[in-house]
Amino acid sequence: MLEADLTLYEEDARRLTAVLHKLCEDAKSRAVFLIDKAGQLIASAGETGSVDTTSLASLTAGNIAATSGLAQLLGEKEFSVLFHEGEKDNLHISIVARRGILVVLFDSRSSLGLVRLRVKRASEDIGQVFAEIAARAEQEAGRGKATLQAQFSEITDEDIDNLFKG
Amino acid sequence: MSFINYAAREINCKLVYYGPGLCGKTTNLQFIYTKVDPGTKGKLISLATETERTLFFDFLPLELGSIRGFKTRFHLYTVPGQVFYDASRKLILRGADGVIFVADSQIERMESNIESLENLEDNLAEQSMSLEKMPFVLQYNKRDLPNAVPVEELQAALNPRNVPWFEACAATGVGVFETLKGAAKLVLSEMKKKT
Repeated sequence: MLEADLTLYEEDARRLTAVLHKLCEDAKSRAVFLIDKAGQLIASAGETGSVDTTSLASLTAGNIAATSGLAQLLGEKEFSVLFHEGEKDNLHISIVARRGILVVLFDSRSSLGLVRLRVKRASEDIGQVFAEIAARAEQEAGRGKATLQAQFSEITDEDIDNLFKG
Repeated sequence: MSFINYAAREINCKLVYYGPGLCGKTTNLQFIYTKVDPGTKGKLISLATETERTLFFDFLPLELGSIRGFKTRFHLYTVPGQVFYDASRKLILRGADGVIFVADSQIERMESNIESLENLEDNLAEQSMSLEKMPFVLQYNKRDLPNAVPVEELQAALNPRNVPWFEACAATGVGVFETLKGAAKLVLSEMKKKT
């Protein structure tokens, strides 16, 4: 497979959410989402209550995938930033650390320039957390089973069967 | 590419429905959507043309329940079946944890089935993946039609490795959940093996 599976521990989630909270505030945005390229929501901050985050994550990933396809078609490595302008709300979508997608939802209280500036900083911070997650995953792969993941391997066929009962 | 989130205690997996145009991939998702308890599903998103042909993908998030305190969530995707949407199919396959191939049982669609299965193998190979190495099941759809070929013939043409297969009539829902369960089980077993 091209990309390794992603395993997020509580500490990772806490750090990523902290970065997103800061970005949301600094960029004066309504909400911020971090999504992986397969369309799973990793973390979010801000006014996320009114948004269907699962659908948002999947559609954004589809959007990024289509745009990457376009880029390759034209001989570009990738188009790393997308901007969607609406009547009230706007979306700034960017690729972070190759495997993540950062989505900033903002209205007239902010501006594209400010969002771009703050996204740059936050992307570096997210990149660092991702790098640490990747390094840890590699270490764990070297050591065989990770202690926490060992708990996962104890899942029995019966557990899986039970999911489908009823 | 599964995503295990210890913070939210969730396991997220991506399942892709593949197959030739009009074989019933979207119909599978639509049936699941109508039958599942509203609390355990999200919105069904269909990016389709005005004539209801899938243009990019359909998407349905589904929560199956908990295993050892972890919520298991499956994200179901369909690909557009029509031959000329190959670029989109490749994109949707990326990061898939398992594939369900929906074959159209009608005799006149046999060639399309074989073509689509070969296309699936080619597209996986481009991403350094292969059907042998990933959870994969087959669904023989439209079993209710008078021109359906016998299962033995479908098996011989499409399933030389004898992976799990299911007979279905997606329009009425026969076999739809059996197929989904078959695939989900393989994905979870695979994840167990990997850890």
